[in-house]
Amino acid sequence: MDFANAFSIENVRFILDGFYMTLKVAFLSIVYSFVLGSIVGTIRYMKVPVLSPVLGLLVEVMRNLPLLLIIFFARFALPDIGIQLGPVYATIVALTLFEGAMISEIVRSGLTSVHKGQIEAARSSGLGYMRTLWHIVLPQGLRRMVPPIVSQFISLLKDTSLAVVIALPELMNQSKIVIGQSNNYVVPVLLFAAVLYFGVNFALSLIAKRFETKIV
Amino acid sequence: MPDFSILTKYFDFYMEGFVNTIYSSIYALIGSFVLGTVIAVFRISSIRPLRWAGTVYVEFIRNIPLLLVVYIFFLGLPSIGITLSGFVCGTIGLAVYTASFIAEAIRAGIMSVPKGQTEAAQSSGLTYVQTMRYVILPQAIKIVIPPLSNQFINLVKNTSVLSVVAGLDLMYFGDKIASRTYATFDTYIFVAVFYLVLTLPLSYIALQLERRLAKRG
Repeated sequence: MDFANAFSIENVRFILDGFYMTLKVAFLSIVYSFVLGSIVGTIRYMKVPVLSPVLGLLVEVMRNLPLLLIIFFARFALPDIGIQLGPVYATIVALTLFEGAMISEIVRSGLTSVHKGQIEAARSSGLGYMRTLWHIVLPQGLRRMVPPIVSQFISLLKDTSLAVVIALPELMNQSKIVIGQSNNYVVPVLLFAAVLYFGVNFALSLIAKRFETKIV
Repeated sequence: MPDFSILTKYFDFYMEGFVNTIYSSIYALIGSFVLGTVIAVFRISSIRPLRWAGTVYVEFIRNIPLLLVVYIFFLGLPSIGITLSGFVCGTIGLAVYTASFIAEAIRAGIMSVPKGQTEAAQSSGLTYVQTMRYVILPQAIKIVIPPLSNQFINLVKNTSVLSVVAGLDLMYFGDKIASRTYATFDTYIFVAVFYLVLTLPLSYIALQLERRLAKRG
């Protein structure tokens, strides 16, 4: 174990660059997957003919595949059918599709969990379908969605590490490169990476807990 | 239409990876269940240091990536003189990682049984073990099964990280086949199908189980 040399200024900067990439990719994927998941989840809840079952099938396929496979596929298999994505975009696309599928399920079950009597009452008070959805179902469903969605975001942040397989220069990848310099760097560098991941995720989970107690 | 000759020509490779993925899943499932149960017991124990140890384990492992856990075993152990194969490191890492989620699921299940149940059982003269066996666990299991089955499906999918440490799983063999055929797209379509063959029935069973438990109330 050689903490002093493992944490030379160059090494620390190199790893922190990776950390920045991790945060950037995670943030963009969180935004996109949230948008995608909300749309798909709502469409599936509304039981639109043809569209809902087709989306349902796609969601099931996505959810039941390993993310590693989807990332790899986005980077190395899509060029075979003429779609060329760099490591950053391949990761974002893969994470958005996979986590979007997960979030769509959370959104759908959150909306479904709203009591039927609520909808009937709204409809008989003269609210239209969209207004019932917007004013009655959504506010109640949203409360139940927040905790699982935040834990999905934490998973997403951890899952960015899988982009190692397509050599995205994120935290895990950079740490591995530094470890490659010397056998004595293994423990300090892995520890450092663990602390960084832990820090962000733990902060996220604390925020989630606060949210939970506040709105429910 | 994917090229089926890849599937027939490299069927042995696909099968070897598929079988290793199943083995890894089973070993990791057993390991994580045992470890997860122990940690759940730690977390609800009345002995404070045990409770702390359980909490630290769960909070730390849950918040770091699985790949990092696997690297700790794959890169970290050799630096103290222990070298294990990628398959073993990957499976151990997977078990250690999944255990933290299983521990939380079990703990939440046990906690969800009202305290009055324990008190009633104890004042009827049941011992601690009897209380657990006949009163708490039968009620907790209903709440524990849905999250546990979800964790198991995640575990099966997560075996794919074995490929990063040359763990001879399905993904690893997919890579091997793709580097021979140069048909990455078609090769991985079949890899995906093999994964779905495993995970879709599991998801279906999990859903049915959940519905049955929900109906019984």
